[in-house]
Amino acid sequence: MTVNLTMLVVMGVLFSVGVYLLLERSLTRVLLGLMLLTNGANLLILHTSGVPGAAPLYDKSLGGSEYSDPLPQALVLTSIVISLATTAFLLSMIWRSWVLARRDEIQDDLEDRRVAQQSSYDAEDDDAMPQDTSEFSHGDARFTPSRHNAEEATESPGHHRVEKRQRDDGRSTHEH
Amino acid sequence: MSTDLAQLAPLAVLIPFVGAAVNFVVVHRNRLQRTVTVGTMVLTLVLNALMLADVWNQGPQAVHLGGWAAPYGIVMVVDQLSALMLVVSVVVSLTVLVYAVSEGVAGGDDEGPISIFYPTFLLLVAGVSNAFLAGDLFNLYVGFEILLTASYVLLTMGGTAQRIRAGVTYVVVSVISSILFLISLGMIYGATGTVNMADLSVKLADLPQGTQMQLHLMLLIAFGVKAAVFPLSFWLPDSYPTASAPVTAVFAGLLTKVGVYSIIRTETLLFPGRQINDLLMWVALLTMLVGILGALAQIDIKRMLSFTLISHIGYMIFGIAVGTPQALAAVVYYIAHHIVIQTSLFLVAGLIERRGGSTNVDRLAGLLKISPLLGVLYLIPALNLGGIPPFSGFLGKVGLLEAGISSGTWLDYLLVGVSVLVSLLTLMALVRVWNRVFLRRVDDAEYPDPVLRATTAQGHRPRTSRVVAGKPGSRFSGAAPVVLLPKTMVGATTALVAVGVALTVLAGPLFDLAGSAADNLVHPDRYTEAVLAPVGEGGVSEEAP
Repeated sequence: MTVNLTMLVVMGVLFSVGVYLLLERSLTRVLLGLMLLTNGANLLILHTSGVPGAAPLYDKSLGGSEYSDPLPQALVLTSIVISLATTAFLLSMIWRSWVLARRDEIQDDLEDRRVAQQSSYDAEDDDAMPQDTSEFSHGDARFTPSRHNAEEATESPGHHRVEKRQRDDGRSTHEH
Repeated sequence: MSTDLAQLAPLAVLIPFVGAAVNFVVVHRNRLQRTVTVGTMVLTLVLNALMLADVWNQGPQAVHLGGWAAPYGIVMVVDQLSALMLVVSVVVSLTVLVYAVSEGVAGGDDEGPISIFYPTFLLLVAGVSNAFLAGDLFNLYVGFEILLTASYVLLTMGGTAQRIRAGVTYVVVSVISSILFLISLGMIYGATGTVNMADLSVKLADLPQGTQMQLHLMLLIAFGVKAAVFPLSFWLPDSYPTASAPVTAVFAGLLTKVGVYSIIRTETLLFPGRQINDLLMWVALLTMLVGILGALAQIDIKRMLSFTLISHIGYMIFGIAVGTPQALAAVVYYIAHHIVIQTSLFLVAGLIERRGGSTNVDRLAGLLKISPLLGVLYLIPALNLGGIPPFSGFLGKVGLLEAGISSGTWLDYLLVGVSVLVSLLTLMALVRVWNRVFLRRVDDAEYPDPVLRATTAQGHRPRTSRVVAGKPGSRFSGAAPVVLLPKTMVGATTALVAVGVALTVLAGPLFDLAGSAADNLVHPDRYTEAVLAPVGEGGVSEEAP
């Protein structure tokens, strides 16, 4: 079996970039990473079909290295179709995630931490969704990735007001 | 002609596909969809039962699709293992389907079946059947992809924030494992020039040791993610509990077992040597221990059950690692037992959630007084899973332990000890839930759900959620009243629990079947001969679709 260096290098680049993107937190990048990895795997399979460029047609007069094996092409076609479906599904999930939470990120699984802290946590009743309807507010400090934890959702503006009034009261009594 | 029945194997995949297609056509007629789906499942079940009866005492039977000879054409193989898996999986899917239909009919729950549920469910069954019947690796890959794609849809059905969050993890992990499978497939094809498993069984043995080991480990990692063995299992308890009860039940029963089935084929057919059995032993040990320790820490019933699911995959890996015919027979029996029992426990958890308003043990109490039947339905599979003597869990575990002891290395003895310990810990996790959810008084619960206290004007326990609909703090508040324990849902669960008990009653013939399945597994040459027999002698089916 001959080895095509260009294909090998392309495959290596696809795999390394794919793995790099997969480690990102943004869902769109994870999706791009998965697409690159799938295509890397497809190239790998295509590799096994023999000489690149030769037609996948067999003729009795041809030697073993003069035509390429058609089976890997059939396998790759199947795998392309499957990855198309998966990509479409992931895209729709990313969209849904954006509609629901206004962020395109893999979200932490807080349930374990909640199990440890507050044992009566119930996924349906107590789920803290960031309630925010302002679209595309990237400048807003509340949307930095480190902020989606339990305190964020429970902190209400009311607390600050009460504290402030108490401070005001304290100052006024002091002045009198 | 009894030998021709196995030739109908492609129908086990085709019938659910056709059923799904019809379902898509009649997508707006819910009642018709229901009939078509249940009918399809019953037909598939009858077919699978016939195939099981056909191969009961025989070696593997190969079906050459389209009449193409083996290494070139697509082959489906029916042997005792795959036929048994098919029957058990369709029985379980049928019960879950009835449960889901009843949940939807009972209404009041926006998570009940919507029109996309039925065709997707049938596609899931088709994918599982295809994976069990596949005679070549690429067909196995396609089977996996069909069932995974269907499972993505089922898991995220409804599209709530919880499910989307869990679904993203699940989809990404599954896609990565599929890519790993695809890469190993490409490498195997590059090394041998075939993807037919029988052909591979012959040709892989000629490869250099290093190459063999690499291909072997690549395949095991890909299947290990799907089967949820220890270092690759963390996605499971994160994603499964968020889905609706019937979906979680069918996932827990079937999907991981397809991974275990593939590992069995890898270890017995593709790489029958014993190079990595010690590694598998350690993996089994860690899977059991880490799984059950996770289960003990949980306070949500569904999450607890997901962890016990991982832990019990360890038992199957243990049996595969021992690798003697006795051990493999125990594994075959144990898989059948575990599919049924784990699914019934998840169905019962769904009923508990419906009656008690939550699956959080801090919010539940006193359910035994409210519904004694529910208590029985929980206790039987719980004791079964924990390995209490008369039940099938005990028989399967005893089989595994005997095989481990007769194998007799120090590692085997260590694993036997850990299995017993994990079995006791499983019982502890399940009985703790029993004590808190069923036995204690409602007033002792930390945060009792209002529906537990509710009584009607006559002082009776309510049959519907009408009495609590107005009260805050319950999942029923503000919703339209629903029947708390619909008869069909309870009936479906009871049927599955009864199947679990039947596994004990029928343990004799089942162990015979598992024994001859294992006998065929340790003689891969029988499989190879059946598949590679020249077309015509091996019995090419004229009516194969």
